[in-house]
Amino acid sequence: MAKELLKGNVAMAEAAIRSGLQAYFGYPITPQTELLEWMAERMPLLGRTFLQAESEVAAINMVYGAACTGARVMSSSSSPGVSLMMEGISYIAGTELPVVLVDVVRGGPGLGNIAPSQGDYYQITKGGGHGDYFPIVLAPSNVQESIDLMVLAFDLAEKYRSIVVVMSDGNVGQIMEPAELPPFQPLKTVYPDWAVRGAENRAKRTLSSIYIKPDEEEVTNFRLLERWHEIEANELRYKEYFLDDAEIVVVGFGSSGRVAFSAVRAARAQGIPVGLLRPITLRPFPYAPLAELSKSAKAFLVVEMNAGQMLDDVQLAVAGRTPVEFYGRMGGMVPYQGEILAEIMRIASESIPLEGDPRHRWAQRVNYGRNGHK
Amino acid sequence: MELTAPTHVVYQRPESLADVPTSYCPGCTHGVAHRLVAEVLDEMGVRQNTIGVAPVGCSVFAYNFFDFDFVEAAHGRAPAMATGIKRLLPDRIVFTYQGDGDLASIGMGEIMHAAGRGENITVIFINNAIYGMTGGQMAPTTLPGQKTTSSPYGRDVEQAGFPLRMAELLANMDGSGYVVRRSLHDPKNIRLAKKAIRTAFEAQVRGLGFSLVELLSSCPTNWGLTPKDALTWIEEKMVPVYPLGDYKVAPSLASLKV
Amino acid sequence: MQTEIIISGFGGQGALFAGQLLAYAAMDSGFEVTWIPSYGPEMRGGTANCTVIIADEEIGAPTVLNPRAVLALNLPSLDKYEPLVISGGVLVANASLINRPITRTDISAVMIPANEIAEEIGDKRLLNMVMLGALLGKLPVLPVEVIEKALQAHIPERHKRLLPSNYAALRRGMEFAAQVPSPIHS
Repeated sequence: MAKELLKGNVAMAEAAIRSGLQAYFGYPITPQTELLEWMAERMPLLGRTFLQAESEVAAINMVYGAACTGARVMSSSSSPGVSLMMEGISYIAGTELPVVLVDVVRGGPGLGNIAPSQGDYYQITKGGGHGDYFPIVLAPSNVQESIDLMVLAFDLAEKYRSIVVVMSDGNVGQIMEPAELPPFQPLKTVYPDWAVRGAENRAKRTLSSIYIKPDEEEVTNFRLLERWHEIEANELRYKEYFLDDAEIVVVGFGSSGRVAFSAVRAARAQGIPVGLLRPITLRPFPYAPLAELSKSAKAFLVVEMNAGQMLDDVQLAVAGRTPVEFYGRMGGMVPYQGEILAEIMRIASESIPLEGDPRHRWAQRVNYGRNGHK
Repeated sequence: MELTAPTHVVYQRPESLADVPTSYCPGCTHGVAHRLVAEVLDEMGVRQNTIGVAPVGCSVFAYNFFDFDFVEAAHGRAPAMATGIKRLLPDRIVFTYQGDGDLASIGMGEIMHAAGRGENITVIFINNAIYGMTGGQMAPTTLPGQKTTSSPYGRDVEQAGFPLRMAELLANMDGSGYVVRRSLHDPKNIRLAKKAIRTAFEAQVRGLGFSLVELLSSCPTNWGLTPKDALTWIEEKMVPVYPLGDYKVAPSLASLKV
Repeated sequence: MQTEIIISGFGGQGALFAGQLLAYAAMDSGFEVTWIPSYGPEMRGGTANCTVIIADEEIGAPTVLNPRAVLALNLPSLDKYEPLVISGGVLVANASLINRPITRTDISAVMIPANEIAEEIGDKRLLNMVMLGALLGKLPVLPVEVIEKALQAHIPERHKRLLPSNYAALRRGMEFAAQVPSPIHS
């Protein structure tokens, strides 16, 4: 299939449709609305279900019900809406249902704004809802990846009976790039042996997240944990750039990952031995590759559009072996290449301490808002 | 002496009801409501074609007591979950079974919009004027002056507002096809309740949109009354506030004989 | 190697479409390309802008602080972007709506009465094509024929009758810009 010029949000929606999506339930919120609108236009024409719910709370519970039938279903939203969905997501996790959710992250907390952000990293990757569960989280940084990860999301969701969150942001959602859509997959005709579709000539089935006896809940928790360990072993994905001889390792995902790529390439052009590791799965997180890199690297630079959330995971991986620096923009601001390049050049010429909190050092260095920083 | 006369079964457990003890208190009318739903589904021959949605509340374990496919919703969200199921499986019978806290308090948004959309599902709404599972707190349907553990001086309408009449409210929605209120306090009313439940499911089979049967129900444990006195309390205290009757009947149902 | 172009104006002036057209043409020519709109609160203030990056290698950041070229369709856009164009870059400003000269002397500057030229061709909505043509006259990032082919390929069938006037607008813009002298050191 030839490449087309596609907008991230629309490309994700169409990729989902071509992956055999049977039902979409959602609620309008910027900057993901194009995704919902694309579903509204396309799904009825294909004889599939589109429903605009009365709230994100209702939308995720419609998804919950629809997923109980074993169908391929999804929703999409942006940060404040995803907060409202967290109850349903926890129930879905507890009921072990395959569901795909897209979070086009925007500036926050609170109403915040509609500009691109990565401020939901903690919420999405650490679960967000109540209880012990482990969502698979995929982070595209361009339109082609948005498409490919959407297709992958449904396969992973069904393979592991898991929630899969595609964590995008306003920039990846709004950007247009040449990309290739996947072929149409046929709709499902065979349903899993747990699906609730009416007890015709078989014993009844129930789907629930209740395990009223703590010992039974613990058994379930262990089952979820074991499945997670399997996911960790099989589904880690990340991309490496210029890492072979890198003394400085930049880590960034999604939008900030691609800006970091520009900065790393520009620094390489000036002879700086710097590389980039861009996590594609934020959960499972590439702890092991980062730990390996920490044995040879001189320093790490974590770049995010938040106050340093993935930073915690990088520090866990590096385990104090190598200094870690942080550079972030927040509130819907996106870093420019030059800002990250300046950080790389500084790290190349300075000695970075092993001790101390990289978040504090960053805050002092940039003096946001206090000296009219821009 | 041997018994030779042929047995004639006049009463037995409906096929749609599982052969397990329920978790309901003695004298509670949930059991009656369950049985009526099960009898109706048996009579309609749709047991294998039905999916129930259980709420959070005393009937949280309803899925154990019925013998057909069931799912368990988050508190108040059963109509949304039922919507998801019904949209994927439009030829199945899909119903929610919800209490007053679930439906009229935390789930107000979901129930109103399900009715507004004319979602082709059936709702069995148990109104016992109290939160049962959590131990007798004030419900949105608690009567003025009624004492509960969270309205220990009686529901003060100045402070806690007025009871909500859900059947009346939902009957106003253009999307509802059948909305009635019945009571479970005596055999006559139980028979009427069963007819209403049958009609509600028939409305769904006919694609007439949202159908709901509100059932005035007893909670002897949390009301602090004997089972018999609790039934009298329904008749004397609840019926005046929640008048029994048909609030919305789609024209094509009027001639239906059930 | 990459070229960054920002197109900025009031909503309704066709800034976003002009950018998309450029992106289509770049894609059809086998280049890497990104198009990204400013969709933030600025949109509510009535301005619309987009950044197009055309490159022969993978594109990282889709936005830049200092673009190679700017098309300023109105005065607020000129005020915002004039200081940001890289030295030696190109700035095309819509003289029809801008009552001050371009002050930078280290860039190729074109003040073009885009609205008037568009009206002469017969449709004032063609001003975005006039501006795009003027860009091509100063920065031949893509041949005009490629843009014309992209127009033909990507505009809806019902608008195809407008193709000749769109082509005319592109050519008039190009011719106008080609006559404007460039600074000596660019």
